[in-house]
Amino acid sequence: MIRLDNLTKVFDTPKGAVVAADHINMEVPSGEICILLGPSGCGKTTTLKMINRIIRPTSGKVFINGEDTTGLNTQELRRSIGYVIQQIGLFPNMTIEENIAVVPKLLGWDKARYKARVRELMHMIALEPDAFLKRYPSELSGGQQQRIGVARALAADPPVMLMDEPFGAIDPINRAVIQDEFLKMQQDLRKTIMFVSHDIDEAIKMGDRIAIFRAGKLEQYSSPDDLLADPKDEFIESFLGEDRALKRLNLVKVHDLVSQEVGTVTPDDDLGMALSRMDDFGYHSAIVMVNERHQPVGVIRRSLARTTKGYCRDHFEPLPTVTHLDDDLRKVASLMFAHDMTWLPCVDEGGRLCGHITQRDITHHLGARYRVQQADAITEV
Amino acid sequence: MPLQSLRGALRLLLIGFVFTAGIWVQASGTLDELLFYLPDVQFLAIEHLWLTAVSGGLAILVAIPLGIILSRPSMARAAESAMQVLNVGTTIPTLAVLALSMSFLGIGTVPAVFGLFVATLLPITRNTYAGLKGVSAALREAAAGIGMSPLQRLIKVELPNALYVIFAGMRTALTINVGTVPLAFLIGAGGLGELIFTGIDLYDPVMMLAGAIPTALLAIMVDALIATTAFVAVPRGVNPSRA
Ligand SMILES: Nc1ncnc2c1ncn2[C@@H]1O[C@H](COP(=O)(O)OP(=O)(O)O)[C@@H](O)[C@H]1O
Ligand SMILES: [Mg+2]
Repeated sequence: MIRLDNLTKVFDTPKGAVVAADHINMEVPSGEICILLGPSGCGKTTTLKMINRIIRPTSGKVFINGEDTTGLNTQELRRSIGYVIQQIGLFPNMTIEENIAVVPKLLGWDKARYKARVRELMHMIALEPDAFLKRYPSELSGGQQQRIGVARALAADPPVMLMDEPFGAIDPINRAVIQDEFLKMQQDLRKTIMFVSHDIDEAIKMGDRIAIFRAGKLEQYSSPDDLLADPKDEFIESFLGEDRALKRLNLVKVHDLVSQEVGTVTPDDDLGMALSRMDDFGYHSAIVMVNERHQPVGVIRRSLARTTKGYCRDHFEPLPTVTHLDDDLRKVASLMFAHDMTWLPCVDEGGRLCGHITQRDITHHLGARYRVQQADAITEV
Repeated sequence: MPLQSLRGALRLLLIGFVFTAGIWVQASGTLDELLFYLPDVQFLAIEHLWLTAVSGGLAILVAIPLGIILSRPSMARAAESAMQVLNVGTTIPTLAVLALSMSFLGIGTVPAVFGLFVATLLPITRNTYAGLKGVSAALREAAAGIGMSPLQRLIKVELPNALYVIFAGMRTALTINVGTVPLAFLIGAGGLGELIFTGIDLYDPVMMLAGAIPTALLAIMVDALIATTAFVAVPRGVNPSRA
């Protein structure tokens, strides 16, 4: 847990005092990622760096796991906090192995222990130890270097991590890969993380909570979905962008709203059967045909079933596409538009049909919050 | 490709020149005359190297800590004025430094060593300071943020990353030192300057060469020695000659 209590920084500059962070109060629960988000110069970095005292607070306190850090020795405090910066900052004079082992060595681990730990971390960040450990940072790509930067921060297994635009200098394709890898690691590691970003999409993807800063003040602090659905004021609304409703689609997975009950036909059913099933389930346009392993293989159109006689196996159309349980709704919506479908079947890891999702489900889900808010507003009146 | 063949041609030319010079030296009997000075050369070369070793060694011992102290953030203000003084100091001709040194310390080895020491001190201090200042802010922040103490930062991060530049300073300074030692003869220290200046005074070019050639060879030797040390001592990741 990280708690900031009235944390404030005033820089004295030749042009006068600059209030970079103004009485910041917030708490990051253990195991969560909190994204500090906002336009350039709003005080994100200053707030972050006051936690490990790269910048000395003017006033206020930082608590880590309930303990006031004010009295702690600076070096010891920093060794217990993982730190990743945008410029990566690997030590060019050290091999990859030496870079990762820096903090364990400072903490006095014996050789066997830190060597084993370095290998463990290399596996975690998906880099082959034997191929990389004896190399120098300049011999690695930017993405590889930042993976090592993350490994170095994790080396002594600190409960808390600070990351200042860690993936900001990496090209977009590699950035997405590294973000995914990092989220996967975080599922096991459950570190308490403060993460600075100026990229709203990154914030939505990575954050359990998002803190929006503006001119040194914390403006809104909430979950990504709350933030997108209910921005506090116009500044935040415009910062989130016109398409913020669509961005919420990123946050919802197919398994959150797939309808479990699904009507199907088999190749051996006749078309009359297909028609009556569609009526039973209320399908207006078509029904999915599955094979004996319950995998979707095609669709029977209502228009065809109404006018033709015969077996489904002779009259099905191929299925244009399917969705998977862990796809997000943005991808689903995009598939629907691409294939001109108002619904899509959903399959599990074995390719078996396990439900379907409709455009109505999606709009309904997005709208649910707004309806609740309206209802609240009405009852308040 | 053209550059390489040009280099090859130059090398052939040089070898040809040295060869011809060798034949001339041999044929004209100069070689025998030169060899006549061999015992003197041996004695004086050792004296020469000793002057370099003492003055250069002292200079390194003082210059590197001085450069480190000046590069500390708390010294930022003082460091700027200090570097200006050092820069002005560098422009004073070594002969003038020796003359000054003599006017304070008299004649002999001590003023010579002191003069050489001052002349060698400046480039090493300057490179140490510049090398340490050149370590990127991100690197220093990473080292601090990870929990290194100021001393650990200096030893594990700043110095290794500045080492190549520091060695470059030592290389220049000590090579110049070897080439300057002959002037020390003028204020009463020994060294190969004795043959050179006496040779000049006596209009004896062979005697002069007997001092000048070993001086040049010593300079080349010292240069190569430091280059080799740098090659080995500077970590591979920050050593351009081992990329
Ligand atoms: N060392 C400093 N000296 C003076 N002003 C600073 C310093 N660091 C940051 N600032 C000012 O504080 C404000 C916040 O900076 P920063 O926290 O770096 O913003 P962000 O990370 O959100 O882009 C800016 O106005 C910046 O100019
Ligand atoms: Mg910043």
